[in-house]
Amino acid sequence: MIFNALREKQRKSYIHMTNRPIDSAYQKVDGPRAVQQQKPLPRRCIAGLGNLASLALMAAMALSCSLAEAAPLTITEIAPGVFAHQGQVEPMTLGNRGNIANIGFIVGDKSVAVVDTGGSVAEAQDLLETIRSTTDKPISHVILTHMHPDHIFGSAAFLRPDVAFVGHARLNAAIEARYSYYLEANRPILGEKLVRELSQAHVTLPVADRLDIDLGGRIISLRAWPLAHTDNDLTVLDQKTGVMFTGDLVFTTHTPSIDGSIRGWLKVLDEMARMPVSKIVPGHGAIGAPWPAAMQAEQRYLNVLVDDIKAALAANKTLAETVETAGRSEAGNWLLFDDYNKRNVTTAFAELEWE
Amino acid sequence: MTQAIRLTMAAVLLALTTQLAIAETTTAKDDAWPGLVTDVFQDRKMTADPAIISLEAPYRAEDAAIVPIAINAAPPPGDSRYVARITVLVDNNPSPVAATFEFGPKAGVSHLETRVRVNQYTNIHAVAELSDGTLYVAEKFVKASGGCSAPALKDAAEAAANVGVMKLKQFPPKDGGSTLREAQLMVRHPQNSGMQMDQMSHTYIPPWFIDELAIHQGDDLLLKVTGGISLSEDPNLRFTYIPNGATTFNVTATDTEQKTYKGSWPVQPSGS
Ligand SMILES: [Zn+2]
Repeated sequence: MIFNALREKQRKSYIHMTNRPIDSAYQKVDGPRAVQQQKPLPRRCIAGLGNLASLALMAAMALSCSLAEAAPLTITEIAPGVFAHQGQVEPMTLGNRGNIANIGFIVGDKSVAVVDTGGSVAEAQDLLETIRSTTDKPISHVILTHMHPDHIFGSAAFLRPDVAFVGHARLNAAIEARYSYYLEANRPILGEKLVRELSQAHVTLPVADRLDIDLGGRIISLRAWPLAHTDNDLTVLDQKTGVMFTGDLVFTTHTPSIDGSIRGWLKVLDEMARMPVSKIVPGHGAIGAPWPAAMQAEQRYLNVLVDDIKAALAANKTLAETVETAGRSEAGNWLLFDDYNKRNVTTAFAELEWE
Repeated sequence: MTQAIRLTMAAVLLALTTQLAIAETTTAKDDAWPGLVTDVFQDRKMTADPAIISLEAPYRAEDAAIVPIAINAAPPPGDSRYVARITVLVDNNPSPVAATFEFGPKAGVSHLETRVRVNQYTNIHAVAELSDGTLYVAEKFVKASGGCSAPALKDAAEAAANVGVMKLKQFPPKDGGSTLREAQLMVRHPQNSGMQMDQMSHTYIPPWFIDELAIHQGDDLLLKVTGGISLSEDPNLRFTYIPNGATTFNVTATDTEQKTYKGSWPVQPSGS
């Protein structure tokens, strides 16, 4: 506990030392391009001594400085040059620092593309550390698969004028509409410190439909989808290995969450199933699962919800009644089912009752 | 007075005022209700009597943008008064009065369901005013869900294209011979809260919501809703009523941009 607290404290001072002013970091980037090698982030520990209340605390801080270098994130090379970290299948907490979504990076001959930045700047610093210990190629692109906090809250760690932030053409508007809500909703969950470090992610390279990015001897194909998990879902397919980062268009193990349209999502899954993909990094759940088998459980769950809700509507059931029953047969197949199923039923009911 | 004592007193004072400030914000946040009773009901006496009004709401709001609530309200059997008005308040919302429902004298609306937005942990109150002016109150605590639920705005372009589209569902009587019927009115409307930011101009999107909606059977008023931003996107009302023999339902809604939306549906026979 104490160690963790100190570690957080140290991490914060470290980030404050290295963060660039936001204005310069938001400089316009015209498009994908390779960039010159980045300098590694300085990893000195300089505490603001004026704030320290006692010698004991100063000693503790000094100790923590030597212990708490940013720790690399567990990472798997699921195909040559394609690296993924599997997040915890649990809600965001201070303890896991928002590390619940799968995130990763793809290394080309010229540069690196990061896919999603995780649920806190602290987690993203660890990802950065992992990247730096894996390759000396510069980061040219940070790709955000959609608006949810567990996928974008780490973005501040990658803010640099020479890094393009890539996302769905609707992502900026979606984040804009929700960001203050996300901050307030996560403050009691992540704690004041982790929330204070955040800054709002902003797409500099929007994708309206499709975009190919050349990382040097390696093309990655981005595709922006219509309303599904959210209204700003984006997938990243590595043409070299057939690995696709699906964002939250695919959940395995972790109960799917609907923040868009259940009908739209099922339609998108049908189309994704036909893509030339070998294996996927889903938004949540086991990384490297074979395609399209990896999405069959989710497809089944969403179809069960549609069937149960349509049956309830036919029987003139109310929303409050339907929330108690729909989808229950799927409870044993998923983790965090009680955290998400009723909300999914609510969202899907409000959509399907118009049919 | 020595410097040290002065400093200590200053510290104590500072501690005291900090404590006071904390206590004050906690009370304000935890109990907005007494202030609402003053502002909305001019401190009129109200009674909690579950036989006259009761409120159902989920303890945990699964989707903070769509929180279903249900109200049962009727005078005691044999009482000649009727329920003239029900006010729904989401205490801790920026605009606490979610809606006021007024009922026709013979509408017989004894069960009413709608959906509200909940910004944070809050009490929800439903206050019924009987035709003689007496007030009855019911209360429920609701926990807004954290996680990644957010203000509804699922597809802004599509929402704007469908504004004003209405759907009326009529349900067969639940218990065969009952004189009560049940219907549900749904209206497409984004119900912009005025708290969302426009990404291009960095100005707030102005509030835009349905502020009045009336449902008549023939010429008789069933219910009239005066609403605000705390009613969910695509306002949704499900209610029981006593049929008056009229052959049509007529609905008129106006929003804060003075746009009027109308709908008319034949009353379905109650079946056999
Ligand atoms: Zn998501």
